Amino acid sequence: MFGIELKKVGKSFGDNEVLRDINVSIPKGSFTAIVGKSGCGKSTLLRVIAGLEDVTSGSLAYTDGEAKKSNIRIMFQDDRLIPWKSILKNVAIGGVDKKEAEEALEKVGLNGKKDAWPDELSGGQKQRVALARALASKPDVLLFDEPLGALDALTRMEMQHLIEELWQEQNFTSILVTHDVSEAVHLADRVIVLDEGGIQLDQEIDLQRPRERDERFTSYEKKILDKIVGG
Amino acid sequence: MKKNKWYNNQLFPWLLPIVIVILWQVLGQLNLIKSTMLPTPIEVVEAGIRLFQTGELQEHVYISTERAVIGFAIGGAVGFLLGLFNGTVLFFEKLTDTSIQMIRTIPHLALIPLVILWFGIGESAKIFLVAVGVMFPIYINTFSGIKNVDRKLIEMGKVYGMSKWQLFTNIILPGAMPNILVGIRYALGVTWISLIVAETIGADAGIGYMATTAREFMQMDIVVLTIVLYAILGKLSDFIAKVCERRFLKWNPAYRKH
Ligand SMILES: Nc1ncnc2c1ncn2[C@@H]1O[C@H](COP(=O)(O)OP(=O)(O)OP(=O)(O)O)[C@@H](O)[C@H]1O
Ligand SMILES: [Mg+2]
Repeated sequence: MFGIELKKVGKSFGDNEVLRDINVSIPKGSFTAIVGKSGCGKSTLLRVIAGLEDVTSGSLAYTDGEAKKSNIRIMFQDDRLIPWKSILKNVAIGGVDKKEAEEALEKVGLNGKKDAWPDELSGGQKQRVALARALASKPDVLLFDEPLGALDALTRMEMQHLIEELWQEQNFTSILVTHDVSEAVHLADRVIVLDEGGIQLDQEIDLQRPRERDERFTSYEKKILDKIVGG
Repeated sequence: MKKNKWYNNQLFPWLLPIVIVILWQVLGQLNLIKSTMLPTPIEVVEAGIRLFQTGELQEHVYISTERAVIGFAIGGAVGFLLGLFNGTVLFFEKLTDTSIQMIRTIPHLALIPLVILWFGIGESAKIFLVAVGVMFPIYINTFSGIKNVDRKLIEMGKVYGMSKWQLFTNIILPGAMPNILVGIRYALGVTWISLIVAETIGADAGIGYMATTAREFMQMDIVVLTIVLYAILGKLSDFIAKVCERRFLKWNPAYRKH
C-alpha cells in the first residue's frame, strides 16, 4: 500500500486549464471521495494520479511505502470488459492467474458466471466483474471513476456495501469520483469538492462505520452540497 | 425464440438455387430454351461426368484452385502485414498509407496488358493478378479494423498491466478481427474474378482454359460447366470464410450458432 501526494499540480489541454494548484496528500489505506460538477476535472485528476496523463506543472509523488505505478488500478464508469473474452478471462488479465481470478469473482458473487460472455450479463453484474478484475491483482491503490453512475438505486447500494467491505478487508488506498454526495459521505473518510479545477472544500467525514443516515450524516451532506452548488 | 424460427434450418438457403435449377431443366426439356443457346442442367452434369472420367476435370480444377490459393496467400499476407504495420506504427502509416490509397484506385485488372508483358501468360502472371487484387481489400480492412479498436479497451489494458504484446494479442487483433474477416470474404470474391479473367485471356490449363477451348469447339455444355465450376468454387470459399467468422467471432451474439 502507498499514499499519494500532489503538490501544486496543474494540468492543461492546450489552453484549457483543467486543474490548477491542487495540493492534496492522501495517506495509504484511506478512502477519499472527489465530488464536483460535470467537467470540473475529476476524471482528469484520477488519470493524473494513475499516471495516464502527465502533469503540466507541479508534482505527483507516491508516498508511504513501496510505490509502483503498476499497482494502481482504475475502475471506470463503463465496465470496459473485453467482449471476446469469457468473464473469467476478463478478470485473469495482466499477470492475474485463474485461481486469483476465481477468488475475486467469488468475492463479488459471480463465480457462477465465469464461463459466460460479457454481453450475457446485466449492467450491474458487469460492473461487479469490473470490480473483481480491479481487485484480483491485489492493488495498492484503487481509483473509482463514477463506477456506479449507470446503475439503478438498489444495485448501487449493494455495490457500495461491497466496495466498503472489500476496502475494509484489503485496505487498499481508495479514491472515488462520484457526483452522488450521499455516496461520498457514505463511503469516504474525506470528501474533496472540486470546482473549476481547484479544491473548494476538503472535508473529513468523522462517522462510525457502517454509516447510518442520521443527523450528522445529513449535515455533512448539506455542507458539501452547498459548496458544490454555491461554488 | 430465434432458435426455433423455421428459416434457421441449414438447408433453407439452398432452396432458391434448387428451384432455379429445376425450372431451367424444365424449360430446356420443353424446348423453350434451345440446347444450342443453353444446355439443360442434366446435359451439363453429363459433360461433367464425362470429363471427370477422363480426369481432365480434376486436373483443371486443381490447377485453378492452386492458383487461387497461392495468389490469395501471397496477396493476403502482404495486405495483412501492411495493414498491421500501418495500423499500429504511426511512422509506417504516414510513410505508406497515402501511396497505397492512390494505387488502390487503379482497377487491378487494368494491369493485365502490363502483367502479360512482364510475366508472359505463365503461372506467375495469374498468381500476380490474384495477389494484387486480394492485397487491397485485406489491407484496407485490417488497417481500419486496427484503427477502430476501442481506445478505452486499450487504455484499460494499459492500466491493468498488459505488455505491448499482450495488448496486441488480447485486444488489438481480436478487436480488428470482424473487419479483417470482412476483408477476407471480399478478397475471396476478388480472387475468383481475377482468376476467371486471367485464365480466359491466356492459359494452357485451368478452368478458364477449359472454357476457351470448349467455346472454340462450340461445346456449350462444357462452357456452362465451367461457369458452374467457378460458382461452386466461389461458394465453397465463401463457406470457408463463414466458418472462420463463426469460429473467431463466437463471442459476438450476431455470430453465435442459431
Ligand atoms: N484528452 C483530453 N483532451 C482535451 N481536453 C480534455 C481531455 N480530457 C478532458 N478534457 C477536458 O477537461 C475538462 C475536464 O474533463 P473531465 O473528464 O476531467 O471532467 P469530469 O469532472 O470527469 O466530468 P464528468 O463528471 O462529466 O465526468 C473538460 O473540459 C474536458 O473537455
Ligand atoms: Mg469524468
